[in-house]
Amino acid sequence: MSTATTIVKPVMPERHYLNDNYGIRSWLLTKDHKRIAILYLITITFFFFLGGIFAALIRLHLLTPNGELFQSDTYNKLFTMHGVNMIFFFLVPSVPATLGNFLLPIMIGTKDLAFPKINLLSWYIFVVGAGFALAALVTGGVDTGWTFYAPLSTGYLRTHVILLAVGVLIAGFASIFTGLNFIVTVHRMRAPGMTWGRLPLFVWANYATSIIMILGTPVIAITLILVALERGFHIGIFDPNLGGDPVLFQHMFWFYSHPAVYIMILPGMGVISEIVTCFSRKRVFGYSFIAFSSIAIAVFGFVVWAHHMFVAGISVYSALVFSVLSYAVAIPSAVKVFNWTATMYKGSVKLDTPMLYALAFIGLFTIGGMTGLFLAALGLDIHIHDTYFVIAHFHYVMVGGMVTAYLGGLHFWWPKITGRMYPEPPAKLAALVTFIGFNLTFFPQFILGYLGMPRRYWAYPPEFQVLNVLSTAGASILAVGFILPLIYFAWSLKFGEIAGDNPWQAAGLEWETSSPPPTHNFDKPPVVTKEPYHYGDEEADGVH
Amino acid sequence: MSTSQTTTDHHPALAHQFDSMEQQQNASTFGMWVFLLTEIMMFGGLFTAYLIYRIKFYPAFVAGSTSISVSWGFANTLVLIGSSFTMAMAVWAAQRGKRQMQVWFLIGTMVLGAAFLGVKAKEYTDKYQECHIPGHVIGKGFNTWGGCSASDNKLGNIADEIREKDPNIPEGAAKQTAHQTEIFFSFYFAMTGLHAFHMVIGMGLMTWLTLRASRGEFGPQYYTPMELGGLYWHFVDIVWIFLFPLLYLISRHHHGV
Amino acid sequence: MNFNFQIFPTKASDMAGQVDSLYLFLVLLTTFFSLLIALLILFFAIKYRRTPERKAEQIHGSTLLEIVWSVIPLGISMVIFAWGAQIYYHMERAPANALEIYGVGKQWMWKFQHPGGQREINELHVPMGRPVKVTLISQDVIHSFFVPAFRVKQDVLPNRYVFTWFTATVPGTYHLFCSQYCGTKHSGMVGSVVVMTQEDYANWLASGKAEGSLASQGEKLFQQYGCTTCHRPDSGARGPNLDGLYGRSVRLEDNRVVLADDNYIRESILEPNAKVVSGFRSIMPTFRGVVGEEDLISITEYIKHLSEQELNPLNNRSTPTQIRDNEVPNIQQQQRVPQGPRPATEPGKKP
Repeated sequence: MSTATTIVKPVMPERHYLNDNYGIRSWLLTKDHKRIAILYLITITFFFFLGGIFAALIRLHLLTPNGELFQSDTYNKLFTMHGVNMIFFFLVPSVPATLGNFLLPIMIGTKDLAFPKINLLSWYIFVVGAGFALAALVTGGVDTGWTFYAPLSTGYLRTHVILLAVGVLIAGFASIFTGLNFIVTVHRMRAPGMTWGRLPLFVWANYATSIIMILGTPVIAITLILVALERGFHIGIFDPNLGGDPVLFQHMFWFYSHPAVYIMILPGMGVISEIVTCFSRKRVFGYSFIAFSSIAIAVFGFVVWAHHMFVAGISVYSALVFSVLSYAVAIPSAVKVFNWTATMYKGSVKLDTPMLYALAFIGLFTIGGMTGLFLAALGLDIHIHDTYFVIAHFHYVMVGGMVTAYLGGLHFWWPKITGRMYPEPPAKLAALVTFIGFNLTFFPQFILGYLGMPRRYWAYPPEFQVLNVLSTAGASILAVGFILPLIYFAWSLKFGEIAGDNPWQAAGLEWETSSPPPTHNFDKPPVVTKEPYHYGDEEADGVH
Repeated sequence: MSTSQTTTDHHPALAHQFDSMEQQQNASTFGMWVFLLTEIMMFGGLFTAYLIYRIKFYPAFVAGSTSISVSWGFANTLVLIGSSFTMAMAVWAAQRGKRQMQVWFLIGTMVLGAAFLGVKAKEYTDKYQECHIPGHVIGKGFNTWGGCSASDNKLGNIADEIREKDPNIPEGAAKQTAHQTEIFFSFYFAMTGLHAFHMVIGMGLMTWLTLRASRGEFGPQYYTPMELGGLYWHFVDIVWIFLFPLLYLISRHHHGV
Repeated sequence: MNFNFQIFPTKASDMAGQVDSLYLFLVLLTTFFSLLIALLILFFAIKYRRTPERKAEQIHGSTLLEIVWSVIPLGISMVIFAWGAQIYYHMERAPANALEIYGVGKQWMWKFQHPGGQREINELHVPMGRPVKVTLISQDVIHSFFVPAFRVKQDVLPNRYVFTWFTATVPGTYHLFCSQYCGTKHSGMVGSVVVMTQEDYANWLASGKAEGSLASQGEKLFQQYGCTTCHRPDSGARGPNLDGLYGRSVRLEDNRVVLADDNYIRESILEPNAKVVSGFRSIMPTFRGVVGEEDLISITEYIKHLSEQELNPLNNRSTPTQIRDNEVPNIQQQQRVPQGPRPATEPGKKP
């Protein structure tokens, strides 16, 4: 319903968090959660592309079956560094440390996180950890696989395992401090009227993620410390020749690393809830169900770790227990997918770029998640464990899921963060290219896995070549899809259209302040009276 | 930006993100508890691994435990409990704005903490001299079955100690058990080492708190850092309360095997 | 480029079909739900696309629907779980009459030993139509024995026997892969499993040089390492009589009862103090570093074949013999096989 008023062109606010202070010290010593989010954004983008280069090299190498491009030791380092970079230095921090850091305080109506100095410290800790990892890289790389299995990693390799292990464990502390900050902030700093039942689902998702971060990460820390001690001092905690038990390493490792995958996906799910509601202009179908499903995933995620170990030599009875629990943890994710779909029903849907990414997420995460059911089936897992089926599964949920959600979130909140819109046509193109490239890369890997091609193979039997070539072709397209946003986001910083406070006419406290927000987030501290996703009040809001 | 009328809102220690001193204190204390929870998870992982190997290598763990000094361990336990008392008193004094008392009790805590670390240094030195340091990187390497010292082959000789306790155990079996004590000592150093590392951090915290306390920064309106420091210190103490029986008191009530 | 490729692996064992059925069911299920969701969201995106005339309808959710779409997936999941568990349970229990073959994995090759003494490297000949149980151990890091055509996989651990079993159904040559990353030549640790008709297999066994069966080699080693000094059937023996030991329950001196399986025998040789039989003293020296992995297999095979004893049941000794230390053989002076701890700064030495 348009009125006769002229539409005012949005202008950038005069003062906001980006221009409040200039100079490198104002950035490196900032306490502003928004600036810290930008620091993290730059850092993890670097590691994403670094990990991506390794991926490109892996796929190039696998074009031929006989291992012609790299030597096997080099190849082993490539997949190790790809995994470590992507998991610990990109995926784990991705949404929480960038979008979470930026948005969480604003979404709950407060000025900053509970502990801004610890927030800054967490970035520095992350950078130090990353420094160790880069040191491991330039001193020759590490070839243990990102899973560091003992006794291979503790006694049989000459690469700088300790450097990398120390880097990962230090970066883990960054994760712990972020999680700690989020939990205290959500508990103690919500604006008046912002009850738990009015929190945006993005906040619920990051809250659940934070619980996993604080409980799980310390265990990987101690596990890696023990690996480092064993390697450095030749003691026998995991080495059977010295009385140790290598399967104990696997238990300790996966006790964190399984919940870690939920650290990686839950924030992405939070992003999807925000995008689907906005671009359907509808409240979410089942708010409590989505909120509690995040908590359920966090809790159940801690009791399924040994599904990575069905053929590792655990007892049949353990295997049965872990298999049944693994099915239980799948249910809350299914509930979310159904709820998002139902949210679109009778909505008012617009397929802007964030929504394209959100829809891609829903489809690809469903496929990825359901292939998890294959792996949880004991008799079937025997065949597909440690094959390309597993690789395809986790790339579907991590890339088709998480990276897609991250990109969707970046596009959705880009105007809020920078004050400018990204250009829509190249963005839509990039989303399409990414979707095609992704599926072409990873779908053939399901087939390869069932055929029996094992993971981490430098050379493979020639009958697997066609599928490998298809996969590499897809990877080259996917690479383009990822590089495009880098270009147009950078372009938009100077030339993008000024966004205004609420270019999407979205609900949420973050859209009620300027774009970019002022340093203290709100000119007047908000008082919350409306429920989340109050898209039904459109008339009252003057929106059409 | 706050609208409360009490003077505490203009307290110099009120951080900009908080609306009131009460909110700040609440949030900070909660944050410290969450942090201690993460520490429990970290030590917990280590303790779990320890328990698994203790069950697997019980006789070796008994032998290893016998070779570390209960007296010094117990002394350290008393020292740490004492230091928790002085810390609690320091927080009590801070709550009441008693500047001198705070500082003295903090110093007392540090002295006791240093005493603890001193005893640990002595114990570690003993282990070094007895060749009980696992692996073969530090010192003369690990040797619990004789031959650590050229002149005295009973020094650190756990195989001998086992046979002294029960002469029926033959040499081969005793040596085998002595070999297995390497795992015990690995955990001994990992656990007490991680604990000592936390103690050292604690000492740093105490130093910083003492400086601030001596400047009169803490009083009834604001003593949060003291409270947080207290929580941390008590936590480190409690970890030791677990460590002591787990490492020092294995099967001690049996005289002999 | 090689244009021959399959989409589906060959079926060559009796379980392969069952595993494939579960897989196909899951493929159909995944296709169904993925298509359902994909089509729904596309359909909604088009049907409910934004137009100025229509506003979104604020629906308040439906607890009933939430319950339905939680319970139905849970039910389906439990079906999948039970199906997978049933297959797994079957695959974890080797039949008693299985042909037993031993395998040792080491960086970066597979070594197999047939009971008749035949040895193979990176190739495993098996007869079709009868269960074959492969008992596996690693000499260094964790490997994994994977035969895609049989749908069989088992991680191979150091210091501990594990097993897998299969009944091959189709003669042919099939890939054997190591599927647990084990270092530089992980992808080179491949071989073939050659399935033959039972007649061909018998012929294959008969050809090639015979060193004597594994058990007879084990008997020689049993004497060579001095085991007979203590392990004798007479009442003056210092060690338990091993006749009929394999598969029996054994009472230990701390009153635990354990099963004398492959791992028990291996542990008793390498860590004799771990489980001491009731009524005996822990005087047995360790043979770690002395007996290599393959000799251990031969000795184990020998012990497994020792016949049932008539006199002196294993765990009925009442008075231990008086033992003097100098009567226990001094193993350290015998031949050494390099094994055991090695410094991590050098690449894993291959004994």
